[in-house]
Amino acid sequence: MLRFLARRLAMALVVLLIVSFTTFVVGHLTGDPVDLIAPENASREAKEDLREHLGLNKPLMVQYGSYVWRALQGDLGFSFVQQAAVSGLIAERLPATLQLALTGFVLSILIAVPLGIFIALNRNTLWDFIATSLAMIGQSAPNFWIGLMLIALFAVQLRLLPVSGYGGVSYIILPAITIALQSAARLTRLMRASMLEVLNADYVRTARSKGLRERSVLWVHSFRNAMIPVVTMAGLELAELIGGAFITETIFAWPGVGRLAVNAVYQRDFPLVQGVVLFAAAAFVVINFLVDLLYVVIDPRVKLS
Amino acid sequence: MRGFRPAGRDTLGLIGLGILLAAVACALLAPWIAPFEPTAINLPARMRPPFWLEGGSVAHLLGTDNLGRDMLSRVIFGARISLAVGAAAVVVGAAIGSSIGIIAGYFSGWVDLILSVVINAQLSFPFTLLAIFLLATLGGGFWPVVLVLALGTWVNYARVVRGQVMSVKNQDYVHAAVSVGVPTTRLLRTTVLPNTVSPIIVVASFSMAQAILTEAALSFLGVGVDGSNPSWGTMLNDGRAFLQTAWWLTAMPGIAIALTVLGGNLCGDWLQDRFNPKVGG
Repeated sequence: MLRFLARRLAMALVVLLIVSFTTFVVGHLTGDPVDLIAPENASREAKEDLREHLGLNKPLMVQYGSYVWRALQGDLGFSFVQQAAVSGLIAERLPATLQLALTGFVLSILIAVPLGIFIALNRNTLWDFIATSLAMIGQSAPNFWIGLMLIALFAVQLRLLPVSGYGGVSYIILPAITIALQSAARLTRLMRASMLEVLNADYVRTARSKGLRERSVLWVHSFRNAMIPVVTMAGLELAELIGGAFITETIFAWPGVGRLAVNAVYQRDFPLVQGVVLFAAAAFVVINFLVDLLYVVIDPRVKLS
Repeated sequence: MRGFRPAGRDTLGLIGLGILLAAVACALLAPWIAPFEPTAINLPARMRPPFWLEGGSVAHLLGTDNLGRDMLSRVIFGARISLAVGAAAVVVGAAIGSSIGIIAGYFSGWVDLILSVVINAQLSFPFTLLAIFLLATLGGGFWPVVLVLALGTWVNYARVVRGQVMSVKNQDYVHAAVSVGVPTTRLLRTTVLPNTVSPIIVVASFSMAQAILTEAALSFLGVGVDGSNPSWGTMLNDGRAFLQTAWWLTAMPGIAIALTVLGGNLCGDWLQDRFNPKVGG
């Protein structure tokens, strides 16, 4: 078990190194930061001074080292466009993103897990066909388009909910449903497939042939095992949402990290984009590691190895 | 409800294939089947709704946009860009991913270790954001978008090809070929590569769907392919400003995307079932 966790931890660290290096290199491809900061008419000497002051004349690897060192201390750089620290800007927007991500996530679990189990138990019925078809379509339509259609229907035609913005409960309903539908479509299909696989497994047949009650076969022997792949996938979904539901946040004018990043791209605010990419990747890696920890609890095979 | 027999896997797969072929036909035959020029401006007929709504006419089946351009023709021509980007991304992604997958799977050891680390790193990247970032800084256009999409999908190919190669290389016929001195490159080409074709086709089918979706997202954000013929994603972006007054400008290209992607996904599911009958319900 410890070896399993140690390997996962090592992998997580290596992944973070690669991600940080990539964002660093892409950040450098975007041009000379000195040109962005210095006034147009700055003399060459002044620019050189600035470069030296910012440490931009040092070798690339040294700069990368200090970039990582500062990132570890929570300093993700400075946004010259907004005249503020990148980590501060992200922290400011994080509550709104977490609020939307968690609401959408809980909603999608509440849809996907019961529905997936129900249609697995009622396989090849009309319900199964309808639910799997809807999930398939939900997976195929662009998520932001579903969001726009929800706005057109519930906000413009029926005037039930606000078009976009941030405020009371009514504002979170449409964006949360938008992201929940996408992840529920994926999770329902996975839950169904996983439950069907478990129901055909030898240990379930053994449990049945021992004469256990159907209820205990289903909930003790099948459900827990069927949840294992679903937990992994759900972890990935949550990580993706926290990293920023970029387009959903943008179309609903939701003041989260995703919208911050999209606006930063438009304004060519590269330090800010770089910071958000690194932040989103770190969130992803951390949540994945937490999912691995959860594995130890729910999957007895990991505990044994 | 019991005893209901849903459409068989083959039926769904053929429906998917049909949708894809129809989309390809639209793209290839666009100038002949579209009722209007996609760029023909007709201001008196602007903002007409689809034909089944009041004020709509059969002349413009799916309505017109803010400049009076025919939506049906624009959607048909839009298939050209969306499918071309998707297809090119699949070819480039498959070429890169499969080559790397074969090398990693065949030589294993540290090459393989590096690959699995890279795959993990790539999977934890917020890819869409990185794509927006790259295209916004380095400039958009057809090939940049294709390259970025290939960058996002090559790992899918690398993963399955690597797995397939690792199982093939321990087969007796490969050992036999090695022992009679067949050179490695020829061995890879003649015995290993053919065995990876079916998983590559499966991944290509799903990746095509994914590429079309991502292209739509990128164009929607204004960093995609631009040009006189808009892609479906660009049309979504244009239509968004009129969501309050003319929802069909947003609805129609979205339906086109959803259908095409559905076709790709159905095909992918079907092929996966056929090549690997154990999986699936």
